[in-house]
Amino acid sequence: MKTFAQLGFPGRLIAVEGLDGSGKSTQIYLLKRWLEAEGIKVYFSEWNSSELVKSATSKGKKRELLTPTTFSLIHATDFADRYERHLLPLLRAGYVVLCDRYIFTAFARDVTRGCPPDWVRGNYNFAALPDLTFFFKADLEVSLNRILDGRPKLKFFEAGMDLRLSPDPYESFRIFQGRILEQYLAMSKEFVFTLMDANERIETQQSIARKIVSERIDLDEFRRRSPLPLPPPVQPTTAAAGLEEDSGV
Amino acid sequence: MKKIVRQPATVPSVSQRRFFGHGIPGVQLDDLAGKLIVVEGADGSGRSSQIAALVNWLETLGHATVQVGLKRSTLVSEELEKAQNGNILSRTTLSLFYATDFADQLENTILPALRAGFIVLADRYIYTLMARDLVRGMDAAWLKNLYGMALKPDAVFYLEVPPEELVQRNLSKNATLDYWESGMDLGLSRDVFDSFLKYQTAMQATFRRLQRSYGFTIVNGSRAVDEVTASLQKKISAVLAAK
Repeated sequence: MKTFAQLGFPGRLIAVEGLDGSGKSTQIYLLKRWLEAEGIKVYFSEWNSSELVKSATSKGKKRELLTPTTFSLIHATDFADRYERHLLPLLRAGYVVLCDRYIFTAFARDVTRGCPPDWVRGNYNFAALPDLTFFFKADLEVSLNRILDGRPKLKFFEAGMDLRLSPDPYESFRIFQGRILEQYLAMSKEFVFTLMDANERIETQQSIARKIVSERIDLDEFRRRSPLPLPPPVQPTTAAAGLEEDSGV
Repeated sequence: MKKIVRQPATVPSVSQRRFFGHGIPGVQLDDLAGKLIVVEGADGSGRSSQIAALVNWLETLGHATVQVGLKRSTLVSEELEKAQNGNILSRTTLSLFYATDFADQLENTILPALRAGFIVLADRYIYTLMARDLVRGMDAAWLKNLYGMALKPDAVFYLEVPPEELVQRNLSKNATLDYWESGMDLGLSRDVFDSFLKYQTAMQATFRRLQRSYGFTIVNGSRAVDEVTASLQKKISAVLAAK
């Protein structure tokens, strides 16, 4: 597998990975704000957000129709749709594409759910590797507490209830996230994740992330030729407030 | 008065089961007592009529049957239909969407029915899905891995009808040629009639190639319906009796 740069794409893809509650969505949001302010051609894509596939996914989740196999396939479908319709053309056009979760999310989650690793990886092998992958590594307890602090109502698949790890959704979520973390760490070297200490303060992490991006990518190549009109003021999203908005779990 | 024949229904032997590849996690293959019989073929090849005839015949013999087919899953059939009508999905996406539809039926219909000892009749299976993608230039190894989740059927019959004959049958039934069955998305010809012939010729060649790797039975579908049914019955009887 090759990165977009290795394949000769003019654009670059940056992905963030990590557990729910690791703060990765906050960080990628801030990266996007920075790149936009720098006048870079930037596009942001979120896991599980393709309009058409989403209605099937949410039906499957609500009615608990999904098995590990269909869970895996429907997310692959969603990814393929975004990949073929948005990511590829944008990368051909020289954009910096930011992805909140990429194929590694599937590798970690679907394998935790019991899908054969080779099968999952094979299904996603149409996708090139990111040019830079940040992995936000927080202590498991920190991530768990960020999500569980408010005692939110955990959704069935989000809590990994389909794995029958525990009848208690909170306990199930803890075990499930712990296993996903193991999967992530096991592939960290193979896919050259750039590890980020997600226990650090938000500003500290963001400074480090920006530094790494500017070292690894020559941003001057990705500037818009004419300056963009000022964007309308953006209200901080829930992601910016440090909460996960990942319905893909 | 007609005498009632009370011939006891024969219990089919339990097949040695295998998945094509990795299969579905957690499935006990030994529990699948039923039989999986697949009928493949283009629209107009007589698939549906043959399946209807086979269901009738099998049930008369005392076998319980279940039917599955493409785009019939609870999970994604509606969305898939919508996507196809709009022709908005790219190739990999459409392919994975069909694979999702297939997996949903495999896990929720085919496997439970086989566990319960039913004879499952599949109106097309992974072969059509693979052939369509292969004709569209998708990677064979990728498809092989993807459909490694599928269960090997006990028998696969491909109803082969020459493209010229398919044109006649489709037009006499619908007075039009279907966009997808004509492969119009491939841009083979702007003329739907020409495109249909070219596409179906390519599909047939692909099926022939798949036949060599997967070893299914090619059935001459140009014959009279009853003749085809009789030959299918003969072959299926052998499958049911086989050890």
